[in-house]
Amino acid sequence: MTSLPVTVTDTLALLGSADYIADRSLATAVHLALHLKRPLFLEGEAGVGKTEIAKVLATALQRRLIRLQCYEGLDVASAVYEWDYARQMIEIRLAEAAEEGRSEIEGTIFSDRFLIKRPLLQALEPEIEGPPVLLIDELDRTDEPFEAYLLELLSDFQVTIPEIGTIRADQPPIVVITSNRTREIHDALKRRCFYYWVDYPTAARELEILKRKAPGAGESLSREVVGFVQKLRGMDLFKLPGIAETIDWTEALMQLDVLELTPHAINDTLGVLLKYQDDIARLHGSEAARLLEQVKAEAAAAGR
Amino acid sequence: MPDARSGSLLANLMHFARALRAAGLPVGPGKVIDAVTAVREIGLTDRRDFYWTLHAVFVNRPDQRLIFDQAFHVFWRNPDLLKKMMGLVLPELRVEAEEDRGAAMARRLAEALHPNKGEDAESEETELDAAMTFSDREQLRGMDFEKMSLEELARAKAAIQKLRLPVQDVPTRRFAPDRHGARADLRATLRAALRSGGLIELKRRSPRRRPPPLVVLCDISGSMSRYSRIFLHFMHSVTNDRDRVHTFVFGTRLTNITRYLRHRDVDLALERVAEAVVDWSGGTRIGHCLGEFNRLWSRRLLGQGAIVLLITDGLDRDAGAGLAHEMDRLHRSCRRLIWLNPLLRYEGFEPRSLGMKAMMPYVNEFRPVHNLESLETLIEVLSAPLARRGTAASGWRQNEERAA
Repeated sequence: MTSLPVTVTDTLALLGSADYIADRSLATAVHLALHLKRPLFLEGEAGVGKTEIAKVLATALQRRLIRLQCYEGLDVASAVYEWDYARQMIEIRLAEAAEEGRSEIEGTIFSDRFLIKRPLLQALEPEIEGPPVLLIDELDRTDEPFEAYLLELLSDFQVTIPEIGTIRADQPPIVVITSNRTREIHDALKRRCFYYWVDYPTAARELEILKRKAPGAGESLSREVVGFVQKLRGMDLFKLPGIAETIDWTEALMQLDVLELTPHAINDTLGVLLKYQDDIARLHGSEAARLLEQVKAEAAAAGR
Repeated sequence: MPDARSGSLLANLMHFARALRAAGLPVGPGKVIDAVTAVREIGLTDRRDFYWTLHAVFVNRPDQRLIFDQAFHVFWRNPDLLKKMMGLVLPELRVEAEEDRGAAMARRLAEALHPNKGEDAESEETELDAAMTFSDREQLRGMDFEKMSLEELARAKAAIQKLRLPVQDVPTRRFAPDRHGARADLRATLRAALRSGGLIELKRRSPRRRPPPLVVLCDISGSMSRYSRIFLHFMHSVTNDRDRVHTFVFGTRLTNITRYLRHRDVDLALERVAEAVVDWSGGTRIGHCLGEFNRLWSRRLLGQGAIVLLITDGLDRDAGAGLAHEMDRLHRSCRRLIWLNPLLRYEGFEPRSLGMKAMMPYVNEFRPVHNLESLETLIEVLSAPLARRGTAASGWRQNEERAA
């Protein structure tokens, strides 16, 4: 069992060891969540690396990652547990044939054997390598009733199954909740968590991330890519590109053997970076060329 | 390692939490305990870590970050304070913070720290915006609403009960027991079987239905001003009648008034709205305001198949510039777009202004109101059954197509 980092600096190093370049502020929030055993609530635009934090924590701490992808109408049967009805029916028939008493049947069919465990229940079970990392992804996609259900689970780390009783985790899992903010999550839930808003990275940090994630790209190409994306984020676009898009774009450019950004190369690959037709139409052609010129001029000024 | 349990740190964290609460952050006593635990865990060694520790505890939403940031820097201004705190010789910090406040400090925070000067510490950000970004291009006006009589209130309540938007409730992915449901409810079946024994009776269930979220965008420009009261009453009633309703008003700018309208008391709610909105009875920039809605709000509010109710007469000061584009975007990101137009006074009126022409192709439902006098009329119009071919919108569209 890998032990938890002792200081914030250690936490930062831990994330770095799994190729996640984090701000110290994020490391502070992660550190608090790990040590005070509370969920970490991450909000931010799409593609800034929220989900990645949970994955990286699982890898770096060598814990099991349990992921619950949320969607509208997610219910207890698919998130927590369900009884295996078909097998229960057979069991009842068999028991009846053997002429067993009612109470005996009831005792058998509501036992662990017939319980199908879904992610939230799995997360409460003890693991050899230590408590698992539970990722509750895109919580904003569910509805309010499910949020309310999570309250019990996240504050006491226990689940109540009427037929069996309350199941409690000996050691609470490391919980990471993400939200894209397509709606506001209720304060009651947030209050139980440590909150962090994941922002777009600064140019320096983005360059560092790119070096780790797309190591094949040349220094000058990486600089130009980051410069260009940072310029885009200053524009009034419908959907700004996240870090995921930066990495994808760099990989696309490498595939096309581009060593240096040109207006032509940008026009060909703009679809990797921007996901709305309006934004693409706005950038296509002269606007992209203008931005690129600015980026190159700034790079030249910095290099001198 | 300093002793973070020290009385003065606790006292100061409490004062800090109180200041945040007065500035509008939802900070309860539980948070103070959390903060103390968290600070003890991280230790008082690094100012940045201290900042982010408190940030992780006290901040819950992105829009609270600014207030927190300002409060933190005002409150814990003196960089030596932390050192002093470690030495446990901390003076009354709050007084010091009050004495030398920065000029750029937000008014809301100022009021929070000086409770006597501003009565209403919970004043809203929108108000601040108005004070800081006054533009001479706009006509900024206040609004005074007549108070609602008890009889009017009762009538409004009765009327809103009758509201049936021309949209069906949508099935959710949750189920409720239903004898004629299409799906088998195995859990209920099994329970029943255990109870009775013998023949197993199959229980059934069917999806629950609920009304989709509703977003109301209401024009409050000069040409619409005589209806403002009716529309606000309508929005207030509908906000308090069902969940997932969001309301905006626009003239030359867009204002989210959902929070004010959540007040049960209609007069109080309208008073708040009147204070918060600054562009009453001015010009209209429909395209600009819809653009703002599309960029800042659409992804957060239209996510779960929302219906948009657009209330405007389509008279646009920008002569429809950029309007078609924004309408198209709005139309594509919601389930249904209903346009309620109170200006049309006689049958057969064709939308002639540029703004109307730009908007017409993108609405699912077009509801003209010829003689809007009361909330009842409004609700009647909205509850009318779905439009068939040959009614205003489609007829107009056909004419246009023929002309083209």
